[in-house]
Amino acid sequence: MIVALTGAILMLFVIGHLLGNLQIFLGPRWVNDYAQHLRDLGLLLWLVRTTLLIAVFLHIYFTVGLALENRRARPQRYQKRDYIKASYASRHMVVSGLVVLAFIVFHLLHFTARKFNPRFPLLKNDPLNHYDVYSMMVYGFQNVYVSGFYIIGLFLLTLHLTHGASSFFQSLGLNDKKLAPQLAFGARIFAWLLFIGYSAIPVAVLLGFIQPAQKL
Amino acid sequence: MNFPLRIWRQSDRQSKGKLVEYRATNISADTSFLEMLDIVNDELTERGEAPIAFDSDCREGICGTCALTINGQAHGPKHPAAACQLYMRSFRDGETITIEPFRAKPFPLVRDLVIDRSALDRIVQAGGFIAARAGSAPEANSMPVPKHNADRAMEAAACIGCGACAAACPNASAMLFTAAKVSHLAFLPQGAPERTLRALKMVRQMDAEGFGNCTNTYECEAVCPAEISASFIAKLNREYARAILQRSAGE
Repeated sequence: MIVALTGAILMLFVIGHLLGNLQIFLGPRWVNDYAQHLRDLGLLLWLVRTTLLIAVFLHIYFTVGLALENRRARPQRYQKRDYIKASYASRHMVVSGLVVLAFIVFHLLHFTARKFNPRFPLLKNDPLNHYDVYSMMVYGFQNVYVSGFYIIGLFLLTLHLTHGASSFFQSLGLNDKKLAPQLAFGARIFAWLLFIGYSAIPVAVLLGFIQPAQKL
Repeated sequence: MNFPLRIWRQSDRQSKGKLVEYRATNISADTSFLEMLDIVNDELTERGEAPIAFDSDCREGICGTCALTINGQAHGPKHPAAACQLYMRSFRDGETITIEPFRAKPFPLVRDLVIDRSALDRIVQAGGFIAARAGSAPEANSMPVPKHNADRAMEAAACIGCGACAAACPNASAMLFTAAKVSHLAFLPQGAPERTLRALKMVRQMDAEGFGNCTNTYECEAVCPAEISASFIAKLNREYARAILQRSAGE
């Protein structure tokens, strides 16, 4: 239940984060103003960040505990195993989750702590002393390997959510026979929409549709 | 039809088991899977070898005694059906068939393909009954039950307790079994007085037996010979959440 609830908090964040980021397609002003608004939230921003951090911690703490119990529940493995209904995603939640965790750590270092790219510190602030997030994103994604890792991370997040988003309802008991296939389908659509939305940004940058606002 | 077989042999709980190769020869397509094993066992006995131990009783899919994992699926490739309702026509001639016991820590192995499923009995003993003396069948209309509830209770009551759900679950979880038993009584007025305690006690016993946790993969409902729907697991989650809330409210 804790896994479902913390998962839901994280899903809400992922939706909000996508909507914020998609403003890159509207131009530098939108993204930079949005980023500045977030920073201006001050204490509230840190409250949200702390909530997310706690949610991530609890989500991992409990799922790893469950996964260890589950391993112990079958000490003698099957020699031959055939799955009928259990999807690949549902059977690899721990692996996909851990890759997503690694991705989140990289992502925070990359764009929040602004590491790994020598150009990030060279970007000039605007007259109001606001950081040029737009150009940072573009320069960040111009590296094929970085973008590649983002897309892999997003793909695993998608896999994780194709199972996780509908699992949420089942775990909380908000499911019945008629609803189950619809929720499973809805969760897949939801996860793939997120994938398309998020990966559109690095892909657009790599294809040159989005150029940095500052030339370096 | 002829089949190369790979069958799990293990003389007792302590010893190390392994897959041993056998051959089933001249088997009619209309032989049941268990009859095929009987034929193989007759040949083994004639040769003076120990026959393969496996469980069966009614052989018509009612009792839930047969418990074989056939080619990696609990009860074999034909669903919904117990292993005893499986016929050799479901296999290709010459197909290699791997037979293993139901595997889960709470199902300790007795011998070869025979396992001890009393863990499931202990879950039922923890609360899967009505404590009051019910007497003989009452007059049908003395206690009205809405049609929908009666139908759902009957669906859940179809569980034959074979343990295939736990055997097929990637996590060896017995949630579908427990969900069926809890739901069955939760839908009926006779089950109402003990509803809260029943959910708490049965879930506690299920965990204590060492079963894994449900991660909603729904592999259980795919192999269930009684077609118990995984939506009963959502029902169990509701029952459990309700029970926890009621208890913390001091009821």
